[in-house]
Amino acid sequence: MSSVLQLQRQFIDYTTSLHNEGYLDNQFTELQKLQDESNPDFVTEVVSMYFEDSDKLLNNLTTALQQRNVDYKQVDAHAHQFKGSSSSIGAKRVTNVCAHFKGFCEAKNLDGCLRCLQQVKQEYIFFRNKLEALFRLEQQILQAGGSVPMVE
Amino acid sequence: MILPAVVEFSRLFLKWVFVIIMSLNCKISSSSGLNGTSSKMKKVKEPANSGWRWKRLVLFVWLIVVAVGVGFFFISGVFRRKMEVITLTGACKDNKSLVLVQQFNVSNDLLHELAYSFYETDQITALKCTKQLGDKLSTKHEITCSLKGPNSAQNAELWGQCPIHDDDKPSLVHEKVARGHNNGILKVCVWVLLVFALCALIPCLWKNHKVKIKPKEQTQTSSRSAGKWMKKLLVLFVLVGVTVSIWLFWYLNDGIQLRRRETIANMCDERARMLQDQFNVSMNHVHALAILVSTFYHGKQPPAIDQKTFGEYTERTFFERPLTSGVAYALRVRHSEREKFEKEHGWTIKKMDTENQDQTLAQDCDPKNLEPSPIQDEYAPVILSQETVSHIVSIDMMSGKEDRENILRARASGKGVLTSPFKLLKSNHLGVVLTFAVYNTHLHQDATPEERIKATVGYLGASYDVPSLVEKLLHQLASKQTIVVNVYDTTNASAAINMYGPAEADTGFLHISSLDFGDPSRKHEMRCRFKQRPPPPWTAILASGGVLIITFLLGHIFYAAINRIAAVERDYRKMMELKHRAEAADVAKSQFLATVSHEIRTPMNGVLGMLQMLMDTNLDAKQLDFAQTAHASGKDLIKLINEVLDQAKIESGRLELEAVPFELRTILDNVVSLLSTKSQEKGIELAVYVSSQLAEEVVGDPGRFRQIITNLVENSLKFTHDRGHIFVSVHLADEVTDENSLKIFNGSNSNTACNTLSGLPVVDRKKSWENFEKLSGKDLINESEKIKILVTVEDTGVGIPIKAQSSIFTPFMQADSSTSRTYGGTGIGLSISKRLVGLMNGEIGFVSEPGTGSTFSFTAVFMKKETSSLDTVLQQYHPDTSAFRGLRALVIDQKNIRAEVTRYHLQRLGISVEITSDFESAQSYRSEIDSSTFAMVLVDQEVWDKESGLAFLRGVESSTKLFLLANSINPAIQDEIKSANLVATVVQKPLRLSILISCIQETISLGNTSVLARRKPSTLGTLLRDKRILVVDDNIVNRRVAEGALKKYGAIVTCVDSGKAALEKLKPPHSFHACFMDLQMPEMDGFEATRQIRRLESMVNEEIISNNASPWHMPILAMTADVIQATDEECMKCGMDGYVSKPFEEEQLYSAAACFFESG
Repeated sequence: MSSVLQLQRQFIDYTTSLHNEGYLDNQFTELQKLQDESNPDFVTEVVSMYFEDSDKLLNNLTTALQQRNVDYKQVDAHAHQFKGSSSSIGAKRVTNVCAHFKGFCEAKNLDGCLRCLQQVKQEYIFFRNKLEALFRLEQQILQAGGSVPMVE
Repeated sequence: MILPAVVEFSRLFLKWVFVIIMSLNCKISSSSGLNGTSSKMKKVKEPANSGWRWKRLVLFVWLIVVAVGVGFFFISGVFRRKMEVITLTGACKDNKSLVLVQQFNVSNDLLHELAYSFYETDQITALKCTKQLGDKLSTKHEITCSLKGPNSAQNAELWGQCPIHDDDKPSLVHEKVARGHNNGILKVCVWVLLVFALCALIPCLWKNHKVKIKPKEQTQTSSRSAGKWMKKLLVLFVLVGVTVSIWLFWYLNDGIQLRRRETIANMCDERARMLQDQFNVSMNHVHALAILVSTFYHGKQPPAIDQKTFGEYTERTFFERPLTSGVAYALRVRHSEREKFEKEHGWTIKKMDTENQDQTLAQDCDPKNLEPSPIQDEYAPVILSQETVSHIVSIDMMSGKEDRENILRARASGKGVLTSPFKLLKSNHLGVVLTFAVYNTHLHQDATPEERIKATVGYLGASYDVPSLVEKLLHQLASKQTIVVNVYDTTNASAAINMYGPAEADTGFLHISSLDFGDPSRKHEMRCRFKQRPPPPWTAILASGGVLIITFLLGHIFYAAINRIAAVERDYRKMMELKHRAEAADVAKSQFLATVSHEIRTPMNGVLGMLQMLMDTNLDAKQLDFAQTAHASGKDLIKLINEVLDQAKIESGRLELEAVPFELRTILDNVVSLLSTKSQEKGIELAVYVSSQLAEEVVGDPGRFRQIITNLVENSLKFTHDRGHIFVSVHLADEVTDENSLKIFNGSNSNTACNTLSGLPVVDRKKSWENFEKLSGKDLINESEKIKILVTVEDTGVGIPIKAQSSIFTPFMQADSSTSRTYGGTGIGLSISKRLVGLMNGEIGFVSEPGTGSTFSFTAVFMKKETSSLDTVLQQYHPDTSAFRGLRALVIDQKNIRAEVTRYHLQRLGISVEITSDFESAQSYRSEIDSSTFAMVLVDQEVWDKESGLAFLRGVESSTKLFLLANSINPAIQDEIKSANLVATVVQKPLRLSILISCIQETISLGNTSVLARRKPSTLGTLLRDKRILVVDDNIVNRRVAEGALKKYGAIVTCVDSGKAALEKLKPPHSFHACFMDLQMPEMDGFEATRQIRRLESMVNEEIISNNASPWHMPILAMTADVIQATDEECMKCGMDGYVSKPFEEEQLYSAAACFFESG
């Protein structure tokens, strides 16, 4: 029981730190709120969906930026997609970088775009790691027989 | 004197020019201002504008031309005349006549003297001459003749001179005329050139303008270019002015120089001629003397002339030769005859002192000291001499080198011969000796020199004092002061000998006239120059200086004017720029406000939601209080932000009113329910009354209408404390003009106790609309289609201070600053309301009395809805209410107006109402109550009186339900009722349809428990439950999230990933209740998809319209991550019904969805 409590506290701390460090925003909390009995794996489902989608989008972005003649419209569309899904998931930092990315796209700044791409990749990987860690914690809590606490 | 005048003139001129230019400019700027303000007018204004510009340029050029012309004319006209006057000197004429007369006199005198001399001689040698009287007479005649000859010759010459002069003059005149002509031609040429230049310039300018008019920022560039052109013209003008002045100076100076040169030439020539003439006259005399000697000395045997006669004669005829210092006659003596000669005369021929040669004729030279002449071939001893030079008698003239040459030349040529000048000892002047040969025979004109030499018998010499000669001559002439005359012997060209005049000094021009003294081998010339250097050419300087000054003055004037114009134009441009910037800033501000407001709203919703949730958790009283305070503050903030957003929207002119059908009464109910909590908290009675004359449904903007009313009611709520009421009444505008129909509301008019909701006095509401201009609605263009309503919000608040009443509708203005401290708020609500009312073609006004309260009234124009049935809303949302139809109710209320309000609400449910003021009078309905005619009895809490109430109620059948209308639940009353085993449903005021319905429904259908009716607000869950919703989003994550969120609220969600798929799904008929549409999607974005859906719907609607079925209108909500003004508008434009921001927020989702799924 104490381990559950500990895990829960750890979970709360971790989530809070994620919020504080700006990896997550309220939208993630909202997502968590959407998860209930009728929809038990909602967050995991959405997040994995997001990861799939993001991998694809990042690939698309990378190839699009490697073209000889960069189609900024295309890049912008991808970035927009990425931004949209990121904001839906509550990946705040990724969203922010995506917004920058879009700005560079509009300015047709290849250097900026490439830099942003790197940043986005980095942020995304961070986010992914953090989230995976979070899910692991969640799993541990569940395995330990506790319930996942809500973090406001 | 002149300069100040010129300055004054120039100032006036400057003013004048400036005024003209400014006025022109004004027109231009005003027209360009018009251009700036209304782009539509631009095209129309352009020609006029350019016309003005053109005219201005022409005027400018014309001014320059006139200025130049005037200056030029003035100067050339005035100064030239002066110049001409100077040249007219009659000196020469006078001099000539003088000389002529003198010469005549001289000739006359000579004649007389000759005669006299001969007469005397005759007297002395009386006998000798008498017999030759006739001869003598003839001689005299001859002499006269001979004198006449030269005289006439001279005359001829003199007259010849005059004609020459005359000739000269006409030629001069001709020249002048020619110059005048030249001048004229020059002027004409200049003018023509100017005109040509103008002609060339104007099309150039015109073209420039045409070219420059084309660009859009024509005002700026053209004015700038006009300035540039003006500056160029100005520079040109100044350059022309400077050139003209230089040219003028050169021209005038040249004229002056020319005239000076002419003058000196004239004078010099005149002097030379006179000198020559006088010399010639003298020479002629000497010649005559020679002939005399020849005649009387050699022609007579013995000679008729001896030294004495000669001396006397020459002495007495000295006046004839005033310039000779003396004459002497030397006889030609051959060596062979020397001894004889010497013997004859008793002296030896003396040799001229060679060392002293120059002083040969000097008086103090004693001939006795001289050595006898050495032996030579010939001698020329002086035998006869004038007294003045008697010392040279016996001196051999041949012994002097000069004299010898002279003598030789003279006898060879037979003419007078001159020596080179030498110094005369006596006068220390330079002199020349004139030598004439005397022949024994009368030689023919063209005798050879040999013949002449042979015939030579003697020589007559005369010494001339050249300086005296010239001096005397100059004395006779005028203007000797001004010129310096030098006479030179230039026989030896390289070493000219100055015979007269001071040493040369360079004083400008030099005129050289050659002198002919009758000796071809000697050359003389006269050099004349002015004594002084020429004075500076003042006229030229003044004239050109004048032109220059005028040019610079004009230049300065125009420069100042141009600068001023430029400055004004620059200022104008700056102002325009500032104006644009200010406008842009204003727009930006509005934009910023809109954006920021929105941005603030989003997190604020989060805050509020969290607070709400926090309040639901277990909190102790203190925490709850804090949380509630925070929540309330947050709500206020959201409200404020919304207001600011609205203000910004209205200010930027982006707010457009909808035109959708809506129900007035429902709106009012909404307002009441919204504010009911607040009013209940404050214990203020809130009531709504809508005139029955008003149609149920009108077409307009319900949201904005509600906003206005909410604003007013909230305002009233804010300023009303703890007691009193707020009464909202809605009437037709036409209704209020009719006194009777409103009499129950005009309680305050009568003095009978305040017949108001709360019994407190209120202000005269009529005053609030008496200032409305278009109240009666008669001026509405189409009365049948439009409906004008008057809404009055009456409160019993603190009222508005008189001094603040004028600024009550100014944004951010509250009665005073303390108000905002006391009551909070920004004071923006009323301003927004006013603007909204304006947008609805209405007017807003108020009347307020501090201490009594305020009443706000406003009118709004809506469109009538053609088909309207009373029950639409009820049937739609409250289908059970039909059961109430036909029921009867008794309202026991002492206040008419309150009873009326109750009646109004009940009537809406189809319940007929009887009103009675208290329980006593209610007894009159006893029979009806007993017979259960009344389904319900509604008692106002205020009327409740335990005894009479209970007495009354005890008699009421149980089928008749009892309702207690209360502002706040009074447990005491409830207890009293309960104690009497009666059931009374408390209906909490403010009354509104939904509350009434729920209360009545509960009471009637359940019919038992005393449920304190408290209607739960519909939540998102109830709102969306079982609604089929289509989510359109290309982003799978977003889609999933939206689905999850909507599902949570019980909605049945279908997802599609593109606009096209959505189109497929939403092709009528379909079963969806709403659609959430992402805006930014590949292929077909949300806007386009919505447009197409709407198109589909309208097509279907057209088909089904005949079937009387309800038309399809799928509520489409946009989902967007960044909600800015433009998106919002775009959404509305393409037919969307609203938008929710992504990610979903409960509150927003609710408010958006509520529009479609809840009404009432």
